Amino acid sequence: MLAESLALSAALFTIGVIGVLTRRNAIIVFMCVELMLNAVNLSFVALSRVYGATGQVFVIFVMTVAAAEAAVGLAIIISIFRHKKSVNLEDINLLRG
Amino acid sequence: MQSIFDAIGYNSWILTLLLVLPIVGAGVLIAQAQRHSSSDGAATMSSARRTALLFFGVECLVSIGLWWSVDYESTAWQAAVTLPWIESWGIFFRIGVDGIAVVLILLTTCLMPLTVLGSWTSIREKPHAFYALLLVLTTGMLGVFMSLDLVLFYVFWELMLVPMYLIIGIWGGKRRLYASLKFFLFTMLGSLLMLVAIVYIGIEAGGLNGPPIFDYDVVTTTGAYSYNTALWLFGAFFLAFAVKVPMFPFHTWLPDAHVEAPTAGSVVLASIMLKMGTFGFVRFALPLFPYAATHPAVKSAVITLAVVGIVYGALVSMVQPDFKKLVAYSSVSHMGFVILGIFAFTTQSVQGALMVNINHGISTGALFLLIGMIYERRHTRMIADFGGIAKVMPIFAVMLTIVALSSIGVPGTNGFVGEFLVLIGAFRTEPIAAVIAATVIIFAAVYLLWALQRIIYNPLSKPENAALKDLNWREIGLLVPLIAAIFWLGLYPAPVLNRTHAAANRLVERMGGMPEANITVVPERR
Amino acid sequence: MMQSVHPLAETVARFVWWLPALPLIGFVINGALSIYASAKPGPADPSANGHDGSNIGHGSHATDEGNHGHDDGDGHDDHAPTPRHRFAGITSIVGPGVLVLTFGLAIALFVAMRGVEMHEPFVSTLFAWMPVGDLHINAALQLDGLSMVMVLVITGVGMLIHVFSVGYMQDDAGYPRYFAYLNLFVFFMLLLVLGANYVVTFVGWEGVGLCSYLLIGFWFSEKANADAGKKAFVVNRIGDFGFMVAMFMLFAHLGTLDYATIAERAGQFAPGGVVVTAICLFLFLGCVGKSAQIPLFVWLPDAMAGPTPVSALIHAATMVTAGVFLIARSASLFSLAPVASLTVALVGGVTALFAATIGLKQWDIKKVLAYSTISQLGYMFVGVGVGAYTAGIFHLVTHAFFKALLFLGAGSVIYAMHKAYHATRNHSDDAQDMRNMGGLKKFMPVTWTLMWIATLAIAGVPPFAGFFSKDEILGATFARAHGSTLADASLLGMSGSTVLYIVWVFGLAAALLTAIYMTRMMLYTFHGPNRTGDDARPHLAEAPWVMTGPLLVLGVLSAIGGWLNLPGVITDLAPIGPTASLEHWLEPVVGEATARVAGGGAHVAVSTEALLIGLAVAIAIAGMAIAWARLKPSALVAKSAAAPATGIQRVLENKWYVDEAYDAAIVKPTFAVSKSVLWGGVDVGLIDTLLVNGSAALTRFFGWMGSQLQSGRVGTYAWLIVIGAVLLLRAFARVA
Repeated sequence: MLAESLALSAALFTIGVIGVLTRRNAIIVFMCVELMLNAVNLSFVALSRVYGATGQVFVIFVMTVAAAEAAVGLAIIISIFRHKKSVNLEDINLLRG
Repeated sequence: MQSIFDAIGYNSWILTLLLVLPIVGAGVLIAQAQRHSSSDGAATMSSARRTALLFFGVECLVSIGLWWSVDYESTAWQAAVTLPWIESWGIFFRIGVDGIAVVLILLTTCLMPLTVLGSWTSIREKPHAFYALLLVLTTGMLGVFMSLDLVLFYVFWELMLVPMYLIIGIWGGKRRLYASLKFFLFTMLGSLLMLVAIVYIGIEAGGLNGPPIFDYDVVTTTGAYSYNTALWLFGAFFLAFAVKVPMFPFHTWLPDAHVEAPTAGSVVLASIMLKMGTFGFVRFALPLFPYAATHPAVKSAVITLAVVGIVYGALVSMVQPDFKKLVAYSSVSHMGFVILGIFAFTTQSVQGALMVNINHGISTGALFLLIGMIYERRHTRMIADFGGIAKVMPIFAVMLTIVALSSIGVPGTNGFVGEFLVLIGAFRTEPIAAVIAATVIIFAAVYLLWALQRIIYNPLSKPENAALKDLNWREIGLLVPLIAAIFWLGLYPAPVLNRTHAAANRLVERMGGMPEANITVVPERR
Repeated sequence: MMQSVHPLAETVARFVWWLPALPLIGFVINGALSIYASAKPGPADPSANGHDGSNIGHGSHATDEGNHGHDDGDGHDDHAPTPRHRFAGITSIVGPGVLVLTFGLAIALFVAMRGVEMHEPFVSTLFAWMPVGDLHINAALQLDGLSMVMVLVITGVGMLIHVFSVGYMQDDAGYPRYFAYLNLFVFFMLLLVLGANYVVTFVGWEGVGLCSYLLIGFWFSEKANADAGKKAFVVNRIGDFGFMVAMFMLFAHLGTLDYATIAERAGQFAPGGVVVTAICLFLFLGCVGKSAQIPLFVWLPDAMAGPTPVSALIHAATMVTAGVFLIARSASLFSLAPVASLTVALVGGVTALFAATIGLKQWDIKKVLAYSTISQLGYMFVGVGVGAYTAGIFHLVTHAFFKALLFLGAGSVIYAMHKAYHATRNHSDDAQDMRNMGGLKKFMPVTWTLMWIATLAIAGVPPFAGFFSKDEILGATFARAHGSTLADASLLGMSGSTVLYIVWVFGLAAALLTAIYMTRMMLYTFHGPNRTGDDARPHLAEAPWVMTGPLLVLGVLSAIGGWLNLPGVITDLAPIGPTASLEHWLEPVVGEATARVAGGGAHVAVSTEALLIGLAVAIAIAGMAIAWARLKPSALVAKSAAAPATGIQRVLENKWYVDEAYDAAIVKPTFAVSKSVLWGGVDVGLIDTLLVNGSAALTRFFGWMGSQLQSGRVGTYAWLIVIGAVLLLRAFARVA
């Protein structure tokens, strides 16, 4: 049971990573980041069966942070969209030296 | 005489006063600058230079008493002051002098008023800041000569660096930024390693449990390092001082710095700051690590570098088109004599080295002042732009000739005494080096006389030069003391030699050299 | 050293320091006047309007042309009568005046010395100059037979030349400056000969070089003159290097530099040892520079760019003989070093012959005399080299008389020529070229007569001064070839006696050439038709009495100077005077050294000596006859009509191309290496570009590499994060 759960978590995480790395749309990248977070949550839950409840505490913690992050991140994406009329990451290069 | 000094307790406050007075002067100048910020330029300039001259003048006058008040034969530090500073780290404000330091302190305090006079009309931009920096610089330089605590010494050592960096960087010539940065980086490179070495020495001297000890007398007497450690520590000090001297091949900052610096900067740099390097060897690097310094490999390497510098500096001087650069390279040559003299470890050569130190300060300082004078008139330092100006500036020509002859080392001038003593002393322990170094008397004549010829002799063929005005009273007045010193030290150097004798002899004894060896002639075989 | 009170201590000798002090006072006064006048130009001061002081005796051919090349507007008003310097009056009194006083004091000292029996020099210590540890150098003066002879020559001949200069330089804009330099020269020269240790002598040694530099470049507005002055100083410095090294070695081995102590301790050196030989050779290097011997003679002909009285005083009579003096002074060392002594003699002999060959084909009257001086100095070195120190000094003294006379006579001639050309505004012809002279006998009878006396003296015709001194040198060389320490030594693989015979033959050959070139000079200058030019001819005239007066005195001295040291072979024959007075006078100073060199057997039979004398006279007469026969009046042509020289003549005219060779072999390469290799290569290239700026560039390169990671592309960052995370995971996995 544990092995399968961790395998699923790894698969989800990999899908998330590939999404972050390959997609250009900020919303999709953002969703992929969420996917990675949830993949980690899944591992935490699975491992809490072995190591005790600490893992579940972390899940709550991660979900809280993820919610805050979603709020801030989406707000940023919307404000960028208002500015640039695009959410393509290629166009967002203000940091570029 | 002595009783007067005792009555006013001269020795107990003089060194502190000499350090504090310039700082006060700098503060006064900064305060004045705020007041003058709106008024016109001429008034600003004259107020700044007058205040500066006042402080430097007072500094010079009060310092002169040191010439008589100090016991030169004593092995104890003279006019010493010890105040607690950062006790928990074993750092004290500990100052004191011996004969070598007194002579250099007096050279500094007496030259500074002349540099103010030398830049009397040439510093128009931010004069208050300029003179304030010059005053801070003075404190730094005097502090180096007086420090008897390694950390205090390092603080003063770095204190010199910043004002000079700013003087070159703000009031310098066209490539001033390059020159000032180069100067800063070269000097920093050496001195940071020296800081590491100082910290190591302090901790080592303090032992595992106690606080570190940076007291000069303690660290020079107790330091027993393994051979390897001593070599590394000596190397760190060596680098710091060799850059400052400057020894070949660490000298390339010097021509750039000299060419770009304003006249006062060049004078201070050549006359006093270069002496820090040689003074550092005499006061710190050698007494701290006598075994490393006298190691045959180290000694022969240093002497080789010195001799290379002597010959190399002279040869490169010959082909310089810029008069300031010529003098800068000749400094490399002259300072090589000092290093040769010190590392030959005979009484004559060490005392000769100290004489060359002073002579170079006087002659090269005067040369830079003279260059500044024609630069103010013609706005060029290129030798080729002059020619025949002895006709229109006869007094300038006489002065330049005398100073050049002193720099060449013609007997009767100070230059000869120093070089002769260095060479005759060095010949006893390092004959080959001394003979090679002696060839420089030929090259020195070539480069200076050739420059002299192209500047003051030859036909007066350039119309711009025909209208040059001869020196005015201020310029003559500031050169006369230097000329007088040139002849005094050339004809009757005994007062200086007697004052440095005991200190020099102590150093030579410590280094296991030839202090006052009796010559025994071994009849040679056929 | 001196336990008992020296017999001179209570006499006028305690004022010996006044000897150098007097000319120094003159220097200060004249120098102050000169500076004051040029700083505050008065209305009557010629330098006020930028006048250049071009006047009599002004440079050589090149100089005159130079005058035309860059005339900056003041060249033409020099036809107006030049006003005298406004301080000319004071200077004319002070300048020669101090010399008269000095000479008077010298005479007084001489009288005092004659009155006492002196076995050791009288040393007057003024103050401790450089007391450093075991090195004690005092400012001290030493009076003995040798320094007294030199002092008399310097002050006596110097005084005459100062007087001559009053006339010769009267119209010069730099009149006080000239006398200031001349006084300073006498000061340093007296210091040189009076010094009680090598260092004080060295002060004088360099000081006279300095004055020579200043006086050669006296008319400094001409590049050629300034060049010549600089060349003289630099070449002299090569010699000074040798002098300094010799001092170092002396101090390192004997622990002192005082003459008296060195003479005492010299015995510690093994005769012929390496150290003493090296010391002597280094000292000799100094002498070679100062006295213009091969290979450092090149500065002396150029030095003729100075005013002619300067050439007479410095470059003929006194300064250039300092090398001879120094060897005589160091006789105690040289007599222990036969190899060094042989070197001295050989160099002297070769120089004597070599310079004489060049003298054969020179056209500038002063250049002829310059090469003649080099040649005669060679003789003196032969003398002191073979250990005949008295003979060397004797020739030094007589040479001072007749060569000063020749130079001053040449000065009168040039003065007359220049005046004539000046009056006729002739700038194209050279006043010093003998081809432009001729027939001056008619116009300048006094100069003509006196210069013939000097010519006979230098050629070695009895009974004039040069005959005795030159003969003594050649005789000594011949005698030392057998039985002396020199003959037993060897040099360059040759035995000492071979070397000495070679030197002797060279000396004879040089004597022949001397007679030829001197007669040639006299014929070109004074005989035959006049070639000065038709309009200039009426202006030729004898110089004023202030110039001919000193000539007259020197003429007398040149004629009778030989009586100073008459050889025994002659006084035995005819008791015309005291025998060998100079030798007796110098006996306490060089007697021991002379005896040491001569050993037991270095004497020749009276008959041989008479034969040698006869040979020398025959050679002198033959030389003059050859010149007379070859230079018929018709063969003397003006410069404009002369055909260019060819073959060996051209080589001689160009002085064997020695200057060119030095320039190509030493001067140019040194400058080129300094400029391109040292400055361009090492300084700018290696240290600054490669090491300093190179390390800066390296730092910047690493910075650039780092900055490339900072692309600003979020995607790249994400990739990097992932790669980094994977790598970290891997690393942790391995640890776990």
